[in-house]
Amino acid sequence: MTGRARRRPATLNLLIGICLVTWLLLAIFPFVWTLWGSFKVEGDFFSKAGWQNALSGPLTQLEYGSSFTGAGYHGAWVKEEFWRAVLNSLAVVVCVVVVSLTFGTLGGYALSRSTYRYAFWLLIVALVFRAMPPITLVSGYLLPFYRLNLWGHPPTAIIVLVAINQPFTLWMLTAFFKNIPKDLDESARVDGCTQFQAFRHVIIPVMWPGVTTTGLFSFLLAYNDFVVTAMLLSKQNQTMIPKIASFLGTTQTEGNVMFAVASVVSVTAPLFLLVMFFQRQIVSGLTAGAVKG
Amino acid sequence: MRHAVFLRFFLPTALAMLTFIALPIVSVLVQSVYAPHERVVVEVENCTPFGCTKSTVIDQDATRKLQKERPLGRFVGGDIYVDRSHLAFAELARAWEGAATWHEFGRRLMTLPFYKALVFTLTYMLFVTPLSIMLGFFVALAVNALPRLLRGPTIFFSLLPMIVTPLVGALILFWMVDSRGIIGSAVQWLAGDDNLSLKASTSLTWIMLIVYGTWSTAPFAFVVYYAGLQTVPQDTLESAMLDGATRWHRIRYIVLPHLLPLTTFMFLIKIMDNFRVFEPIVSFNASAHAQSLSYFIYSDLAGETRLLSSAAATSVLTVAGVLVLLSPVLVRTWRQFGKA
Repeated sequence: MTGRARRRPATLNLLIGICLVTWLLLAIFPFVWTLWGSFKVEGDFFSKAGWQNALSGPLTQLEYGSSFTGAGYHGAWVKEEFWRAVLNSLAVVVCVVVVSLTFGTLGGYALSRSTYRYAFWLLIVALVFRAMPPITLVSGYLLPFYRLNLWGHPPTAIIVLVAINQPFTLWMLTAFFKNIPKDLDESARVDGCTQFQAFRHVIIPVMWPGVTTTGLFSFLLAYNDFVVTAMLLSKQNQTMIPKIASFLGTTQTEGNVMFAVASVVSVTAPLFLLVMFFQRQIVSGLTAGAVKG
Repeated sequence: MRHAVFLRFFLPTALAMLTFIALPIVSVLVQSVYAPHERVVVEVENCTPFGCTKSTVIDQDATRKLQKERPLGRFVGGDIYVDRSHLAFAELARAWEGAATWHEFGRRLMTLPFYKALVFTLTYMLFVTPLSIMLGFFVALAVNALPRLLRGPTIFFSLLPMIVTPLVGALILFWMVDSRGIIGSAVQWLAGDDNLSLKASTSLTWIMLIVYGTWSTAPFAFVVYYAGLQTVPQDTLESAMLDGATRWHRIRYIVLPHLLPLTTFMFLIKIMDNFRVFEPIVSFNASAHAQSLSYFIYSDLAGETRLLSSAAATSVLTVAGVLVLLSPVLVRTWRQFGKA
């Protein structure tokens, strides 16, 4: 590659540089802008006078005596009790990740070790399930959940998210388990282990890289979900994303859109950290299915 | 693995998928052919010394009894599918006869809610899928040309639009394109029109949603292509260079064919994802100008009176749409692997 790079003409290098800088600006600037603006008052964040006000914040200065204010965060977290939604989200997300990984590793392991044709067709069925828009499923849940009095409780939303997540988890873990040599568990079987013992003592110790990657995507699915949690959870069990959506409905008219801005920043911050620490796993997870298949 | 053992391992995930994916599909099928009961009306005669008047009142007890006896409602067959909010065959036929030109027919079609949602969903899918894949490809080529040291941070920043919660990412962009936000005022300045609002016009709203879609899905294409570029056979590239192939020729005849399987894979995934477009419409508060099929179902479900039957019928039609989109893949798989 170095040979090719050396011979690249300067104009091309310039073009590549311009393209990349433009793309990076597009990718980062919205986040930086919103983070900066979240410490201003609404009159500055949405400035009628000119966009420069969002940088310097003259109205914020007038109101709070400094160009930065945590009023939006205080309003969202304390007044509107965003912390409650954060706790609800935490509970839902942790449970979804744990349950869907448990189901997924068992199922994915079975699919990867089965030599029968139905294993292949089960994966195809999972692909079809993966394509179903979640909202079509939600409209199927509502009536039975009302009847059975299951609507509104966190466990209901958790198991629904787990199920919606299963097709993807199965695909990813099956691909991963196929890369673990069959000889490992087969030799354990020869030594007298049952299939489950072989799984427990031979496979579980070596499966963690794949499980971590899959777990990251389960986390993202549960954390980012709006459809299921908005439709299936009652108000006091609300998670973060529906809570933000509800800010827009009620408080945009009251001029408290800054609550929503502050909570948007609060929701995005953990995702930044996640990408920072797990960048390699995310990239390998995204490409796992693609590059091999 | 023996069948019994396989079943024991696979049972939890199978149960979860059967109960919460397969059964709901059956449930929407059933719900879509039942409509809520009409209230039982009785005629009562009120007699006063000045004469008798007849009036109709709702018999609450009988209504409740009926609802309890048949909780699904009354069976209406395909009526909900052909009513005005769904396939609207009658309105469609009238529009076809009444419209002199294609343009006129299209305008009338867009007044029917289901077709309006369908047209937006397909437009969104047809634009966002290729645009995001192309953008991702160019970014991947550019990043691949960077020195190794710079690649890590570039990938980190490039991932952000995709990782961020869709509802939140769309909101961030929505605030920026507000007429008082930075992009909104930039557009006003460029157009020289101080009253221009991106939210007020249908076509601008559609463009905004498509731009958001491209922005948020390009990183996926970028990451996949970037990984693919690492596996391009180097010796083929070098022999091509010895034979005098230009840079463009090398991309056209070696890199692109090598990445072709990845491209089909991504088209499949992205078509499935873009067909369910939903959150940006909530964030952009755009339902007056653009509705997708998912949003159409959501608005039926989220209203004061939940229109379960209507939502169920739209869901069935959406699922049918997904199956149509998937059918080429399914047929090809069947041809390749289905025969024993």
